Amino acid sequence: MNNQAIREPALVRWTLTILALAFLALFLALPLMAVLVEAFAKGWNAYLRALSTDVTLSSIRLTLIVAAISVPLNIAFGLSASWAIAKFDFGGKSLLISLIELPFSVSPVISGLIYVLLFGLQGLLGPWLVENDLRVIFAVPGIVLATIFVTFPFVARELIPLMEEQGREEEEAALTLGASGLRTFWLVTLPNVRWGLFYGVLLCNARAMGEFGAVSVVSGHIRGLTNTMPLHVEILYNEYDFVGAFAVASLLALLALVTLAAKTALEWWHRDELVATGH
Amino acid sequence: MASATLPLLRRNRVASSVIPGFGPTLGFTLFYLSLIVLLPLAALLLKAAGTTFEQWGRILGDPRILSALWLSFGGAFAAALINAVFGLLVAWVLVRYPFPGRRIVDAMVDLPFALPTAVAGIALTALYAPNGWLGKLLTPLGITVAFTPLGVVVAMVFIGLPFVVRTVEPVLQDIDLELEEAAASLGADRLQTFFRVILPAIAPSLLTGFSLALARAVGEYGSVIFIAGNLPGISEIAPLLIITKLEQYDYVGATAIAAVMLTISFALLLAVNLLQKWRRARMGGRG
Repeated sequence: MNNQAIREPALVRWTLTILALAFLALFLALPLMAVLVEAFAKGWNAYLRALSTDVTLSSIRLTLIVAAISVPLNIAFGLSASWAIAKFDFGGKSLLISLIELPFSVSPVISGLIYVLLFGLQGLLGPWLVENDLRVIFAVPGIVLATIFVTFPFVARELIPLMEEQGREEEEAALTLGASGLRTFWLVTLPNVRWGLFYGVLLCNARAMGEFGAVSVVSGHIRGLTNTMPLHVEILYNEYDFVGAFAVASLLALLALVTLAAKTALEWWHRDELVATGH
Repeated sequence: MASATLPLLRRNRVASSVIPGFGPTLGFTLFYLSLIVLLPLAALLLKAAGTTFEQWGRILGDPRILSALWLSFGGAFAAALINAVFGLLVAWVLVRYPFPGRRIVDAMVDLPFALPTAVAGIALTALYAPNGWLGKLLTPLGITVAFTPLGVVVAMVFIGLPFVVRTVEPVLQDIDLELEEAAASLGADRLQTFFRVILPAIAPSLLTGFSLALARAVGEYGSVIFIAGNLPGISEIAPLLIITKLEQYDYVGATAIAAVMLTISFALLLAVNLLQKWRRARMGGRG
């Protein structure tokens, strides 16, 4: 931009830059700093002690279990949906894509509510579950279901446009040369979409581990049993155990920063192999 | 759910290819989509449809519910407007003005997407509480943020921040500088060029970002409830009221609030989509 005619005066440029950075500092940097300062308000020892209590450790374990179930299921769904949508022609595709993205426009609380209406005591399947001594709501299965719902579109929405862009020629070539369908998928399709898949998994995992609203509705908040890390943060906070709450929160903030760093690295080095989907 | 029973989704026979796996992948996709998303949402609609006229009257006449809905939608609207202005400013500075550390700042814009909402909630509360870093500065000025509707808006600004920046940024990058040079050579000053040339070009993306931020903020729960203080009728948001109703085993009330929220949200998103379509048609595809 060397042309003076389409450049703002230096004073305007500086003012706008400072305003934008001040806005970002206020809404991004300060909250992040507040988490760290509060977590270490009473020093390293108090921080480590807060993280090593039994209930905190069990909330970390539950968060990892929930992510370990919901993320692979959404990967399987994302791969299968993108294969069906990108490699074949059929009617109703755009409707199908809209339905896949539907969970993004539903409030997290409503995402939890729908499972309570299905599986809760007063729910449609509630009596049947009681008869068979099965628990979904206020138990781990409900937490997993709610987590799958809110993270549902992440992998699929990265893979569908990417596979559509890459077309079908490479797969058709492999198949005509005698490779089996599965072999073609493993050796041709998967390597082609690996960075896009990784990108989707990254975002899916961050949301799965950090989800609060949907999980809050179905969890029942039973200490040591159905509390994930974000729910544990809330309980500690409401008990005025601020060091504990912010210590657990600092782990989640670290997860967010690692996710952002990995996401940014992917965008820098593999931009050509990702489809720009906005975020 | 066999795909063959749905004529809508039947594979186009003309363009058959050697690629296998259409049946299993589409079958699994539809099965999983129905199981996780469609059937549970249908259960909500079924429950809402079973609500009697009298019950609807009681729910929609309840001032506590009305004020919660008003706060969720009004607060989200205010937050989305703030994000439209500042998001455009941030996108503009990131695209047009090189400064050291720009790439890191650009990456940090996505923080609200990555940071769990409960973490954001307690962090904002720590900042804006009367004895917090920012609360301490604001209290002498007579401004209370935490535990008021203003706090709700602050949390909603945080959560919607990336949407406008991320939708406007790529469009701003693609603007043809020759258009701006032409405007300048025809005598327009920078401000005129901005309002007459640049703003119309980015307006559709700005509107998309605004509506995404709005939709996100309407349903937001985790980042809001800590800073809101949740006083019924004053700073209580609709999603929290759904949870309160559930805890009182008032499934009808919870479902009705959810149904109203979903209906208004979808109507808003549909309206924005139609507006964009109408605009594109009017501009003859140049928008």
